[in-house]
Amino acid sequence: MTRETVSGSHRKPPVAAFLSLLGVFAVLPLALRGLDISLTLGTEVLIIALFAMSYNILLGTTGLASFGHAAFFGSGAYAVAIAQQYGLGGAAIDLVLAFLAGLVAALLVGLLVMKKRGIYFGLLTLAFGQMFYIVALRWDDLTGGETGLTGLKRPAPFGLDLNDHITFYYFVLAIFMVAVWVIWRITHSPFGSVLAAIKSNEVRTQYLGYHTARYKLGAIVVSGAFSGLAGGLYAWFQYAAYPQNLFWIESGNIVILTLLGGGLSSFFGPILGAAVFVGAQDLISSYTEHWMFFFGLIFILVVTAFPNGLPEALARLLSLVRRPTRTTDASTAAVRAAPNRGTTP
Amino acid sequence: MSGLKTENLSVQFGAVKPVDDVSVEIAAGRLTSIIGPNGAGKTSFFNLLTGLYQPTRGKVFFDGQDVTHMPVHQKVRSGLTRTFQILNVFDTLTVAENIRAAVQRRHGRSAYMFCAPDRHGPVEDEVDAIIERVRLKEKRNIRANDLSHGHRRHLEIGLSLATEPRTLLLDEPMSGLGMYESSVMGEFVRELAQDLTVVLVEHHMSVVLSISDTILVLSQGRLLASGTPAEIQANPQVQAAYLGTGRYDLPQEGAGHA
Repeated sequence: MTRETVSGSHRKPPVAAFLSLLGVFAVLPLALRGLDISLTLGTEVLIIALFAMSYNILLGTTGLASFGHAAFFGSGAYAVAIAQQYGLGGAAIDLVLAFLAGLVAALLVGLLVMKKRGIYFGLLTLAFGQMFYIVALRWDDLTGGETGLTGLKRPAPFGLDLNDHITFYYFVLAIFMVAVWVIWRITHSPFGSVLAAIKSNEVRTQYLGYHTARYKLGAIVVSGAFSGLAGGLYAWFQYAAYPQNLFWIESGNIVILTLLGGGLSSFFGPILGAAVFVGAQDLISSYTEHWMFFFGLIFILVVTAFPNGLPEALARLLSLVRRPTRTTDASTAAVRAAPNRGTTP
Repeated sequence: MSGLKTENLSVQFGAVKPVDDVSVEIAAGRLTSIIGPNGAGKTSFFNLLTGLYQPTRGKVFFDGQDVTHMPVHQKVRSGLTRTFQILNVFDTLTVAENIRAAVQRRHGRSAYMFCAPDRHGPVEDEVDAIIERVRLKEKRNIRANDLSHGHRRHLEIGLSLATEPRTLLLDEPMSGLGMYESSVMGEFVRELAQDLTVVLVEHHMSVVLSISDTILVLSQGRLLASGTPAEIQANPQVQAAYLGTGRYDLPQEGAGHA
């Protein structure tokens, strides 16, 4: 996984990183087949990874911990399902609706929380997130109540049969790559650098003349819109929209897997977090129904030892393996340190 | 002009009144220093002027306009900004990124989401000019975190300059600096005062006396005296206030004043 600081602006897009990302996910179906694991697991990883990347616009880039992000994800899922109830559908329409649903939901919540920081921000997003869940649970006529909206049909863009596992996987991968690229672009834009400034020091940012609440609202809305998009894909994935998609546990999961992936310091980290989370859920739950207990244990161990999550843990592990010759160790350390030290001529 | 004025400015936290009924005028285009023994209310007064605190009573005027309840970002946009005693820069960003964050707003580019931040000529020219002005050219691409304390002080002033202030409030820019660095900073502040209204809170008495046009003395939250450095040095009340605390020596001669 490519290590890169979230806040740093870079002159060139990391083409190599994007190509390796595409490469890994392009061959993943072969690996899964070799391991006799269903490809739906890979598709789920992609969708949750997109959700995590969206979430990290707030957590990693802006430094705001939202505990109600499932509301935006779920809004996207319900938008697709509800539209279909009214005979509205098609791949493009579904995706646009999901994106807009996440955007509008985030705008509503954002307007109420944009002036808050820290724990108040977190608790308010949690509370507002739960309100979305309650609405989905109670508004039977629109949302199907407790059972949700089932029997959803996947669209057939360009005559593709998305009910086919492999076709669906690659279709989701295409959307995922485009969305992640757009998120990269936004994170490394002038707007993104204001978000990085807010993360570093919000009061100081105000003394640069920024109405920081507006930029926080912007970050929430962008993050919510892409979360909604991920939710829309998830509705296709599960042929349904369920109230659980909006539930606070879902919001908690996304925080956990983003931190596990090192989202605070690594742009691509949340993808790794999503892969490990979804993979572990599948693997551990085939042995025990208390999978969350064991996953929680992994999470606590990794995050207490390595605040920057799995990428940091892997880097340490690699450096242990490479230990044998001290000279190479020292030289790689020097190379690694060089960019930080800057250019003293 | 870009002067500041306060009317009966007071702030109260519980039973404590760090600033008590202070009415002063800070003339435009000059270097005004605020001094006083520890706990005199200098920093609180400063925080009231710049909107970090809301006053319990009284008003603040900037350019003749009542800015008492103006939000911080609007004060900055109208040309009033500050630095902080406890260093306040964007630690995780490089020097250039720090300055750019401030510059790009004035170019109306901060809402742009689909381009790189560092490829816009006019912004980059200005970023480079400010970096040069605060003498950090060699440190352009170094993270603020990795700078020396003195360089971070320079960077913080650069951040404030990047907002194009007409009035700049400096909160102890020499704290934590050595003798030599302090005198360099002193010269630098004097230089800034050629184009800007500068308000300075500072403990380094010899520097304050040598560079200020006007000095305001606060004691126990109240305005004790105001005048030129020479007048302030000769003021027996001021001497008493300082001697009373035993913390500072007020130099008797016009130390280093040209």
